Amino acid sequence: MSLTAYLTLAALVFAIGLFGVLTRRNAIGILLGIELMFNAVNINLVAFARFHGDLLGLVFTLFTIAITVAEVAVGLAIVIVIFRVRRTVEADRLDLLRG
Amino acid sequence: MTLETAGFWVVAVVLLASSLAVVLTPNLFHAVLYLAAALVATGVVFLLLDSPFLFAVQLLLYAVGVMAIVVFAIMLTERLVGERITQTSRHLVNGGVVAAGVFIGIAGFLIRVPRSLPRAPLVGDATPALGRALVGPFALTLELLGVLLVVALLGALYFARADE
Repeated sequence: MSLTAYLTLAALVFAIGLFGVLTRRNAIGILLGIELMFNAVNINLVAFARFHGDLLGLVFTLFTIAITVAEVAVGLAIVIVIFRVRRTVEADRLDLLRG
Repeated sequence: MTLETAGFWVVAVVLLASSLAVVLTPNLFHAVLYLAAALVATGVVFLLLDSPFLFAVQLLLYAVGVMAIVVFAIMLTERLVGERITQTSRHLVNGGVVAAGVFIGIAGFLIRVPRSLPRAPLVGDATPALGRALVGPFALTLELLGVLLVVALLGALYFARADE
């Protein structure tokens, strides 16, 4: 398959993830959309690395995967704390910081 | 049709279908399971791109690690309210328009990619080279990443600790 095929697949997954982030009400649902977007970026990185014969893309993908795991852990911890305090994870109702 | 082409189409269909299911299914728990399928499909895409090591990392870290955390979070929050969390969506049309706009914007760049860009020739297994890069030029970055992970997990523990 050509590079364009992989990049198109990644762009589609990215758009679907963005759709999820924009439309989900639940904070965990929004996090799942962000995961999809991260995945699309990883596909791009690996595809470019493979087609250019450059190892750097693979190294970078490893780092992004590890950073995403950290991000998910912190994000979900925040969601749990918000849930304890507000009894909801609906993003629309989380307006504590609104001035 | 080569094996890689057939594999690509199968994986692409699975990946897109499970991604759509993640953002559309009303049941949050099902959404997580679909996300697991999407993550495994992404791993197979890595395999098609001759990166078996990244496939393994994707399975271990993402599909197992992240899934375990997310499932725990859902169980915890559901226990706290004592009711099922259903998730609804809002602004479906607006979100669809923005997502489609972003895709069209990316596609504008994609059509400029040369169609017949050949794959670089495969020089042996990439995994040993990856390992050498991680302990060579990227050793400091790898250590910093370890520190970041520890700090993030300690922070998550601190956030989610039980109240005294």
